[in-house]
Amino acid sequence: MLSQDAIQKIDREIAKYPAEQKQSAVMAALAIAQMEKGWLSTETIEAVAGHLGMAPVAVYEVASFYNMYDLAPVGKVKITVCTNLPCALSGGVHAADYLKQKLGIGFNETTPDGRFTLKEGECMGACGDAPVLLVNNVRMCSFMQPEQIDRLLGECQ
Amino acid sequence: MGALGFILNAEEGERSWRLAEYVKRGGYSALKKIIDENIPPENIVAELKKSSLRGRGGAGFPTGLKWSFMPRQFPGAKYVVCNSDEGEPGTFKDRDILRWNPHMVIEGMIIAGYAMGCARGYNYIHGEIWEIYKRFEEALEEARAAKLLGPNILGSDFSFELQAHHGYGAYICGEETALLESIEGKKGQPRFKPPFPASFGLYGKPTTINNTETFASIPYIIREGGQKFLELGRPNNGGTKLFSVSGHVNNPGNFEVPLGTPFKKLLEMAGGVRNGHKLKAVIPGGSSMPVLPGEIMMETDMDYDSIQKAGSYLGSGAVIVMDETTCMVRALERLSYFYFEESCGQCTPCREGTGWLYRVVHRIEKGEGRQEDLDLLLSVCENIAGRTICALGDAAAWPVQGMLKHYRSEFEYHIEHKRCLV
Repeated sequence: MLSQDAIQKIDREIAKYPAEQKQSAVMAALAIAQMEKGWLSTETIEAVAGHLGMAPVAVYEVASFYNMYDLAPVGKVKITVCTNLPCALSGGVHAADYLKQKLGIGFNETTPDGRFTLKEGECMGACGDAPVLLVNNVRMCSFMQPEQIDRLLGECQ
Repeated sequence: MGALGFILNAEEGERSWRLAEYVKRGGYSALKKIIDENIPPENIVAELKKSSLRGRGGAGFPTGLKWSFMPRQFPGAKYVVCNSDEGEPGTFKDRDILRWNPHMVIEGMIIAGYAMGCARGYNYIHGEIWEIYKRFEEALEEARAAKLLGPNILGSDFSFELQAHHGYGAYICGEETALLESIEGKKGQPRFKPPFPASFGLYGKPTTINNTETFASIPYIIREGGQKFLELGRPNNGGTKLFSVSGHVNNPGNFEVPLGTPFKKLLEMAGGVRNGHKLKAVIPGGSSMPVLPGEIMMETDMDYDSIQKAGSYLGSGAVIVMDETTCMVRALERLSYFYFEESCGQCTPCREGTGWLYRVVHRIEKGEGRQEDLDLLLSVCENIAGRTICALGDAAAWPVQGMLKHYRSEFEYHIEHKRCLV
C-alpha cells in the first residue's frame, strides 16, 4: 500500500493532465512509489494501477521500459555511472572501475551490507562534467575523480 | 560559457534563473508586446519564417514552417510540447538553458501557444536531471503567480497552462512521437508517420513539438525582429547556436556562438585539445552523426549547410572531440553499445541490427575480429537505415558507416594484430 503522502503527491501529478487522461501520471506515480518503497514490487505496481484505474500489466509495461525504475531491490544508495563515449573519453570508465574496486562489486550488484548498488547508465546529458554519476536517481555528481568519489562514499556511509 | 549569444548570457549567479532577474534582462517583454499590441498569430509565424530559425533538437527543420502546419480552425484542444529529453550522447545544452534561463523557455512556449491557438503545453524533461526539473516547476509557479501563465494572461482573453513532465530514462523518448506516447503514460515507442503530430499528436490532437533551445530563441525573435536574428548567423542558418563541447578539450562546456563560426574558433573557446595533444577526429552533431577527421573539421564552419557539405550533420550541436590517443574501435564500441541498449525493440531491423553491430564491434575490440567483419558491419547498417519507423535505426548505422569510411585501416589493424593502432 502507498502512504497518504505518496497518494497526495500522485494526485498533484494527475492534476497536470486533462481529467480523462489520468494514465499520463503513471511515470510520476511510479517514481513517487519507488522513492517511498525503494523499488517497485508487483504489489506496489498493482497499487499504482489501482489508484490510476489502469490495468496492472499496462503499469508494468511502463515500469519495465524506462531504465530508472528498479524492478528488484537495490541498496540504500544506488550509484549509476555514465560510461558512454563522451564520458569515457574523460574518465567515465575509470570512475566506474574505481567504484567497482572500492565497493568490491560489479555492475548490477549490491554490497553484502545492502548499502550500495552500482549501475551502468547511459547518457545523462551532462557530458561536459564528465565523469558524471547519479545517486538514487535524483542527485547528479559532476567531475567525479577518485578523490571526489571517496568523499561521496564517505558521506553515504 | 559563451558570451556571444542571448540564451546563456545571463550572469551565472545562482539567482539568474529567477523571474525578477529574467524580467531585468528584458524577459517577458515579447509576450507583453504581443498582448498589448494584439499582434495577429499569423504575424508571429511570419516573423519566425523571416528569422530562418531551424529546429535545435537535431533535425534542423524550419520552425516557422512547422508552426504553420497546425490547423488554425480546429475545434478542440491543441498542444504545445517542449522536448527537453536531452539524451543524445554529447549533448548537454538544454540542461544549462533550463538551469540558467527557464523563463526564456516558458515565455517561448506561451508565445507558441498564442501563435498556434493552443491552451495547454507540456515540457518533457530528461529523467536524469531531477534538480533541473524541480527548478522548472518552481519557475512555472513564479510565472503563474505573476499572471504570465494560466487563465487570462496579463488581463487578456488568452489563457495558457503549462506543466512539466519528468522522464525516467529512455533515450528514445527524445523522438517526438515516442515522447508523446510517454506523456500519455505508455512505453515510449515511436509512432508511424504520417499522420504527423500537427494533425494527430498528444491525445490524438494537433500538437507541435520543439526543442528547448528552439523555444528559448522565440522571445528574442519577437522582441528584436526576425531579420536581426537571421543576421546573427548566416542566410538559411539564422541566429546563434549552443554547442556542447565534450571529450578531449581543456575546457569542456557550452558555447553559444553565431551559426557559421569556424570550428577552429569553437575549439579555441573550449581551451583547445587537452594537454597539447593533436586533434584526431570530431563528431560534430551528437553521437549519431558521422565522425569527421580533425583536418576536415579545422576547415569547416559550424552551421547546418557547411557541416553537411563536409560529410556530417550539425544535429543537436554536440561536438565530441577526440585526440590522437583515441582508439576508434573502442570509441565505436561505446557508441554501438548505447544504441543497442536504447533501441525500443519495436522494429526488427533496429532491435536485432543494433545487437549485431554491438557484438561485432565488441569482438573486434576484444581482438577476436574476423576480416569479413567490416563488410558484415556495413551490410547490417544497410539493412537498418531507412527500414525502421523512427530515426534511431539510422542513428545506430551512421556512426558505424562514418567510422569505417574514415578509419577503416584502424579497424583492419585491430583485426589483424588483435590490438589498438594507437
